[in-house]
Amino acid sequence: MLNQYPLWKYILLIVVLLFSSLYALPNLYGEDPAVQISHRTKALVEEDKLAVEQALSEKQISIISTEAGQGRILVRFNDTETQLIAAEALKHALGKQYLIALNLAPATPDWLRALNAGPMYLGLDLRGGVHFLMEVDMVAAIKRLEESMLSDIRSYLRDEKIRYRGVRRDDAGLHINFRELAHLQQAAEVLPRQFRDLKFTENEDTLTIKAKLTEVAARAEKKSALQQNIITLRNRVNELGVAEPVIQQQGDSRIVVQLPGIQDTAGAKKILGATATLEFRMAEGTRADWLEAERTGRTPLNAILYHERDGSPVLLSRRVIVTGDQIVDAASTYDTEKGTPAVTVRLNSKGADKMNDTTRENIGNPMGVVFIENKIETKKVGDTITKHRTTTKEVINVATIQGQFSARFQITGLESQEARDLALLLRAGSLRAPVEIIEERTVGPSLGKDNIEKGFMSVVIGFCLVLIFMAFYYKGFGIIANLALTFNLVVIIAVLSLLQATLTLPGIAGIVLTVGMAVDANVLIFERIREEIKNGNSPQASIHSGYEKAFSTIMDANVTTLLVAIVLFTLGTGPVKGFAITLSIGILTSMFTAIVGTRAIVNMLYGNREIKKLSI
Amino acid sequence: MSHTMSPAQTNAKALIDFMGKRKAAMIFSLLLMLASIGSIAVNGLNLGIDFTGGFLIEAGYQEDVKLDKVREALAEADFTDAQVQHFGSSRDIIVRIAPRADASSTDRSKAEIGDNVLTVLKTTSEQEVNMRRIEFVGPQIGDELRDKGGIALLVAFGGILIYISLRFQLKSAIGAILALIHDVIITVGIFALLKIEFDLTVLAAILAVIGYSLNDTVVVLDRIRETFRNVRKTSPEGILNLSINQTIARTLVTSLTTLLVLFTLLIFGGEIIHGFALALIIGVIIGTYSSIYVASSTLMMMKIHKQDFLVVTKEVLVDDAP
Repeated sequence: MLNQYPLWKYILLIVVLLFSSLYALPNLYGEDPAVQISHRTKALVEEDKLAVEQALSEKQISIISTEAGQGRILVRFNDTETQLIAAEALKHALGKQYLIALNLAPATPDWLRALNAGPMYLGLDLRGGVHFLMEVDMVAAIKRLEESMLSDIRSYLRDEKIRYRGVRRDDAGLHINFRELAHLQQAAEVLPRQFRDLKFTENEDTLTIKAKLTEVAARAEKKSALQQNIITLRNRVNELGVAEPVIQQQGDSRIVVQLPGIQDTAGAKKILGATATLEFRMAEGTRADWLEAERTGRTPLNAILYHERDGSPVLLSRRVIVTGDQIVDAASTYDTEKGTPAVTVRLNSKGADKMNDTTRENIGNPMGVVFIENKIETKKVGDTITKHRTTTKEVINVATIQGQFSARFQITGLESQEARDLALLLRAGSLRAPVEIIEERTVGPSLGKDNIEKGFMSVVIGFCLVLIFMAFYYKGFGIIANLALTFNLVVIIAVLSLLQATLTLPGIAGIVLTVGMAVDANVLIFERIREEIKNGNSPQASIHSGYEKAFSTIMDANVTTLLVAIVLFTLGTGPVKGFAITLSIGILTSMFTAIVGTRAIVNMLYGNREIKKLSI
Repeated sequence: MSHTMSPAQTNAKALIDFMGKRKAAMIFSLLLMLASIGSIAVNGLNLGIDFTGGFLIEAGYQEDVKLDKVREALAEADFTDAQVQHFGSSRDIIVRIAPRADASSTDRSKAEIGDNVLTVLKTTSEQEVNMRRIEFVGPQIGDELRDKGGIALLVAFGGILIYISLRFQLKSAIGAILALIHDVIITVGIFALLKIEFDLTVLAAILAVIGYSLNDTVVVLDRIRETFRNVRKTSPEGILNLSINQTIARTLVTSLTTLLVLFTLLIFGGEIIHGFALALIIGVIIGTYSSIYVASSTLMMMKIHKQDFLVVTKEVLVDDAP
């Protein structure tokens, strides 16, 4: 008999239909305003959940629910107003060891969540937020490593009592100069054994040993600079209180940072890109010496000329007491006596020992705090791309050491916003190498909302227009195609939800386009059936050969379109990728629904019975 | 699969003589392509910041906003090269700033420029000014995207050439590729002519046009192959004509449904998707025409004949194909 489907095909269709309806379902539930609570060091458990609930009930803030999981606690609220009040209340109640982030949590019911079903993930262009692409300055990372090796070589030669004239670093590598050949030969023998990351070449004519970082060491340094920067950025993002941030490596020198729903983008940019750190150095000489050095431009050998914020000169020792790396914790506060903004810092044990020794020996002497910031910027003049690096070093404070101190102390001389930012940066750790924002895409909340509404409306209107057209043009068969098209839309949404793929505005455009193109398979089949009938074949035979003959055409046409979609996906970035994903999924699902789906209905209606005329 | 029922029976019905007018169509296509290349050469493409690098700031005002006032405020704040335009409505504006090449601007870090512009915009209205979007693309990214876009087009063409050569044969593949080049050049030409901004989404649309137009062309080629195998004693021209006539209803219906949704996107999708929808609309219209004329005219020029299709082993369709 023609046009009969085996039972298993019907079962398969029903299973797919039920399965995709189930997984598309979470998209119908909205989102709850929520607050996400995590701890700096430990994972939060049920007990903490009770503490949170109690803190909120004391303030009489009504909540929908609280959940603990993945070391975090999520509290849902009825509206954004309550959410904001609760976030403030929790910040005060829980203290600074807790990180509070505003969030929109999907309101998927429990039974669906138990099935691992969740809504599609909305892209930044739909929910609002910031996307940054940052480039790590690898040249600076290498330079930093070479400089630290330079000082290691210097102290090693000194320890080994090998006399040298000088060591210096430039873009070609490290250079060690000697006065006598014997010393050079001595050094050439021991250095390669001690410094395996360097490749040494001796030049006996110029009495120089050149050292260069090996390929392997340079690559390892770049990799670790990137990893370290990702960790630091993640810490900083946590400090900013952003829920569901994305911080990912891209290529071998770039980092993508995505912060959904953030409001203060300017502030976020400043914090993320900042390389600010501190250095503590003893002052050298008297105020008169400082002014003299400024006037003549000559500084003593053991000192460097710095400037305070008001422009007045100050000479500080070449020797650094403590650097920002040795700071383990920092908080912004107010100086109890003067009431000016201040930052309290805590040093690690190595830093604390050094600070302890220095302050004991220097009571009554002035010490300077240097604020250092690196900036890098890429410029294009004509066709050449160049990087400009600038380093700002300013002395924020020169104070007389009143008494011995070690691990904990206070720094003043900053404005209050600066104090807050600096404390955050010191807490989160410094960037191993400077980063530069090379791409930014920020979408405000109002535009995000507009994009969702407009995208949704386009899908609905486009979908309805196609439905109406098909019903008119192909009558009964058109309605069957419409059922398949509806089914297709459900499957696309289910697949996107299951893959947790990010839905963007171009992605929605891809869905809309798929709706228009998905009917193509049915158009091909139906036109074939009409042709067969016109050629004088029976309705049953026409259906059969219509489907059969159209099949290879549909395959060829879709495979080529899929080919283009894959090219788009692999070579495209951001918006293009989103479009490619929905387009490819749409092509694949539409082939299933338009061929198998419609055939099943057609067979059910027409198969195995006497028909005189088809409604096509 | 049996071919007992010859599609040639449709001959009974009056055929539209598409191939008879192919010379006129070729001249029309050539003129269009020349005009497009000319307009690209003369006008150049109005490349968006995705490709040129630079800043783009979109802001929403509560009431209608006068552009002069905004320009003045920006010029005063030293953004003399800012381009200001309305975007979608008279309450929305978009500010574009070219990447700064002068070395003197280091004091103003470029990541901050977007925020600085926004601050200036806020002074131009007594009511609240909404940040809608800030985009910044660094010079290195712009260059990369341009290269990647070019590579994407080439890879897509290459892949298609190979697939169609395998599934059909080389002549068909050349015909299909020529049709695609035709579509891409004319679509880009219209963008150059109308000076519409060409950004990343438009590039995506152009690639989608390739996919769409190819889909159309493959359907026609498929029919040509089938007809060549089944119909005897007809000239190649007659066979092409017959195939196009048999597929014309499908070509038009699919284009129509696709255009329906594309116009929906153009009208309701918002400004951001505007260029994308427009590129696809132009591309689908040109693609529909090219699948009828360009590919088949090329086949005629390359003297396609029955033997071309007999070399290929006839496909056997799987029995349980629906």
